[in-house]
Amino acid sequence: MIEVKNVTKKYGDFTAVDDVSFKVEKGEVFAFLGPNGAGKTTTIKMLTTLLRPNSGEVFLDGHNVTEDPDKTRKSFGIVFQDPSLDNELTAYENMQFHAILYGVPKKEYKERIEKLLELVELTDRRDSYVKNFSGGMKRRLEIARGLLHNPKVLFLDEPTIGLDPQTRNHLWNYIRNLNKEEGVTIFFTTHHMEEVDRIAEKIAIIDHGKIIEYGTPADIRAKAGTDNLEDAFIALTGKDIRKEEGDVGLSQMRVSNKMMN
Amino acid sequence: MWLRQLKRYVRKKARIVGALGQPILFLFALGFGLSPIFQQAGGIDYIQFLAPGVIAMTVLFTAIFTGMEIIWDKQFGFMKETLVAPVSRFEIMMGKTLGGTTVSVIQGLLVFFITFTAGFRPESYALLPVAFLFLVLIAFLFSALGTVIAARLDDMQGFPLIINFVVQPLFFLSGALFPLDNLPSALTFVTKLNPLSYGVEGLRYSLTGASYFSPFLSASVLVGVTVVVVLVGMYQFSRIEV
Repeated sequence: MIEVKNVTKKYGDFTAVDDVSFKVEKGEVFAFLGPNGAGKTTTIKMLTTLLRPNSGEVFLDGHNVTEDPDKTRKSFGIVFQDPSLDNELTAYENMQFHAILYGVPKKEYKERIEKLLELVELTDRRDSYVKNFSGGMKRRLEIARGLLHNPKVLFLDEPTIGLDPQTRNHLWNYIRNLNKEEGVTIFFTTHHMEEVDRIAEKIAIIDHGKIIEYGTPADIRAKAGTDNLEDAFIALTGKDIRKEEGDVGLSQMRVSNKMMN
Repeated sequence: MWLRQLKRYVRKKARIVGALGQPILFLFALGFGLSPIFQQAGGIDYIQFLAPGVIAMTVLFTAIFTGMEIIWDKQFGFMKETLVAPVSRFEIMMGKTLGGTTVSVIQGLLVFFITFTAGFRPESYALLPVAFLFLVLIAFLFSALGTVIAARLDDMQGFPLIINFVVQPLFFLSGALFPLDNLPSALTFVTKLNPLSYGVEGLRYSLTGASYFSPFLSASVLVGVTVVVVLVGMYQFSRIEV
């Protein structure tokens, strides 16, 4: 479903993603892990046509991502790390806008929006402005929106950041059902290792822009010789907090990212 | 895209009224304040002269600001949602620009009706469609310009810069407030380079029957500049990465 071949992305002198290759099979739940600033978001942006790699190739649902971005864009849905809703529109209007952008026919989207709003339990708030929503509600709406055009792959970039355990639990249940029932391939990043342990089938760990580990959760635990994934993660990526970790390094990276544009 | 812009516009009632404040102030303060001098100087009715200028001003400001709403979209992350959608960058830009155009034309029409209360009367009602055409041209050009500027900027910090170095000069050096004939040659030169001058004069021609440039020249310059701006915009938008 997703194939990444020798992809490199540089911001000036800084190599954010360094010769990365991996594969995600159809219908898989794939966790893409790594410390802050390791290159997760940059990789997702390259997979979703927002950034062009300096070298290497990316294929998604059979489309070459850099050469055929428009076709690729129909094949995936994405929930970004930070919110991307229009606060001045209602929940329904946000969904409708998305449907129009993706060319979903009116008859179909009317029905589907209702269904999805029900799925994320926002039906009673469909006509409220998004600016009055809580963080969890916005996330749920974003997930519903990401699914509106029947994507084959759903990207979730730290979808549970800042959510309480109840909402997180809820969210992963939806996602798992979705994967089971509709066969949507799930590609997600998170810092909550217990979530990974619970739902991921395959894991790739990226650090300093390179894939350092790839396999099932059990493989990775066995390799690190630890009981749980959290310890395995720390054993594999090291205990110390890296220079480029934390908000400062991350925002610096994003600033230089902006300056490049 | 276009619909979204309109919805946002209608929802910000405060902004509609706020944006009307400036033209009204210009119209009444300058209009009535300077009209005695104009009367003495050459017997021109200053309100008649000023009204098209003020309408053009409204359209200019509204168009650039709506175009620049893209900056908000970028800051609040909404831009990403549009960029990953399977629509071409050109469509995104045109959607934004047409939204801005519509909003500014409505705003311009509102001010047009307000000028009536100040005593303005168009010379010929038959030419009103031509006036409307110029209104649309001005609105489209500057919405496109707004989107192009916004494509380059990442946050609101560049905003005052744009106001002071782009919007204000465009307005003050356009012949919206004063007649373009008999100006010092340096000023003549600058005003002739300013696309808004042609917009104002085109509007003035169709509303008052008299103008400095011929309406055909005005229209062609506006169309020409618009094409250039749109081309630049297409290039800028194709390069946006987030």
